[in-house]
Amino acid sequence: MKITGKKSVRPSSKARKTLWILLLGMIGLIAAMALSLRLGTKTFQIETIIQAIFTYNPDITAHQIVMDIRFPRALGAALIGAFLALSGAIMQALTRNPLAEPSLLGVSHGAAFALVLTLAFFPKLSLAGTTAAAMAGAGLTVLFIFSLTARAKGGITPVKLALAGIAIGMFLSSLTSSLGLYFNVAKDMSFWYAGGLAYITWSSLEILSAAGVVGVVIVALLARSLTLLGLGVDVTKGLGINLHIVRILGVLAVLLLTGSSVAVSGAIGFIGLVVPHISRMLVGSDYRLLLPVSALLGSVLLVTADVGARLINPPYETTVGIVTAAIGVPFFLYLVRNEGSRSS
Amino acid sequence: MTNLFAEELTIAYDNEVIVDRLNLKFSPGEITAIIGPNGCGKSTILKTMARLQPSHSGAVYLDGKLIHKTSSKEIAKKMAILPQSPDAPEGLSIYELISYGRTPYQSGFSRLTTHDCEMIEWALNVTGLSSIQHQPVDTLSGGQRQRAWIAMAIAQETNLLMLDEPTTYLDPAHQLEVLKLLEKLNEEEGRTIVMVIHDLNHAARFADHLVALKQGKVIKEGTAEQVMNADVLKQVFNIDTEIITDPRTGKPAMISYDLIK
Repeated sequence: MKITGKKSVRPSSKARKTLWILLLGMIGLIAAMALSLRLGTKTFQIETIIQAIFTYNPDITAHQIVMDIRFPRALGAALIGAFLALSGAIMQALTRNPLAEPSLLGVSHGAAFALVLTLAFFPKLSLAGTTAAAMAGAGLTVLFIFSLTARAKGGITPVKLALAGIAIGMFLSSLTSSLGLYFNVAKDMSFWYAGGLAYITWSSLEILSAAGVVGVVIVALLARSLTLLGLGVDVTKGLGINLHIVRILGVLAVLLLTGSSVAVSGAIGFIGLVVPHISRMLVGSDYRLLLPVSALLGSVLLVTADVGARLINPPYETTVGIVTAAIGVPFFLYLVRNEGSRSS
Repeated sequence: MTNLFAEELTIAYDNEVIVDRLNLKFSPGEITAIIGPNGCGKSTILKTMARLQPSHSGAVYLDGKLIHKTSSKEIAKKMAILPQSPDAPEGLSIYELISYGRTPYQSGFSRLTTHDCEMIEWALNVTGLSSIQHQPVDTLSGGQRQRAWIAMAIAQETNLLMLDEPTTYLDPAHQLEVLKLLEKLNEEEGRTIVMVIHDLNHAARFADHLVALKQGKVIKEGTAEQVMNADVLKQVFNIDTEIITDPRTGKPAMISYDLIK
């Protein structure tokens, strides 16, 4: 008689499970995007949407709404959801801290600070201009936090990085609020802070895809090293991985992915923290499987949450971050419960 | 045969010198045991010589090449290091863990080659883990877990194997199991093994060469007979020892000791 372990999971079966999850996720994403195109203050028939996409007529209002508002919005939500989830997964691996999320390195706070400065001093700047400013702000903040930590005794450690990140983030966020009030741009800022998917246009999508292409290539190259980091820094180095390069590239990817998302839609919390955990519970800690699953689940979650945000209290939009949490948390808790009963 | 030595190696933390101008050589094909009191710099020296942490001055040579001028990947093909009590992520199977040992031979998006798989199978067999290869590492007993990590290190296919306290937290039987596995790898495969170990009797029994350290300095090195004696142990650990010859192994063994007041 052959006795096999109760929890035995073959690598091939993990890969097969991942494929299934990706397939289901794709179906979920397509369904969510279809809903996102259909639903809103005005509900359209599927035929209208198909006509709008394939035989676009600029004189029909419905076509305009679908192609100029809802389509970029759905695509943008899908991209941003994926970017935030990927950034969270990278941050959790790099800092070896399960509570790490993209905002931990000051990316969102730095972007917000740069944005308030632009709104105060160059109110007429184009979208590309504000995006560039937000990315620069995010980048400089990350650099500052890293150099501050590197100069401390004993060099960069996850804990020091988190502490410096939180402190600088708080400081910048209070500066942002004060400047917002002083220059009377607080209203624009608070709107941006709450996460605005409503104003995504085709030009925001250009920015997102440009940052996304580079970011995703880096992420793909790092997948193996990020997996190894789960075994500890010493083991990773011992296996011949150059951690300096991994850290620099990882932060660069987070900067591109989160920076562009934050610049386009403001700070959307929660996805970067919880989606990687959900994915880890589903497919394990191999980043070659975890990263695609995280990206897809992040997309599905944000697109769905965005549809919800439009439907809860029409014609007003509920803050998308609240809806993301409302959908994600129960699912997360369900997985935690299941996980607990499985391993006990 | 891989050759590793340190020349005038100085290691410092925040301007505090831990190891001062150390010269240390590990003989190829031998088992070397590093012994010494807590905080004497054993692990630090091992990690520095394995390029896991930077040195202050001096040099470490691996096969005649300066270690900090050699690519980390190239080093990983010659030397494997197993840190003290490493931790595996939840759900990672033994097979997956061992497959990570093949990292230095992979590049980009490449998959495991036939040779990679052969090495993983071999590591599974030699550590006796084949029948449970799909079990998650975090559900194993301490002894099995340590064997799984050693399997990862040997799947790295290096001549030199460095281990930081490989027997810590294991019961006597599992300690012996791990040490006998290392002995087998040394005898049958000719692997050079360097280990930091606390149990003096195990050091004397399994090592060809002992290095006794205190405050970052080599107090005495040589065979078990040269190092395991009352004088050296008094100097290194500040203990008063009773040493006999182990009737089973013929090696020196400490049967009793006391603190020196």
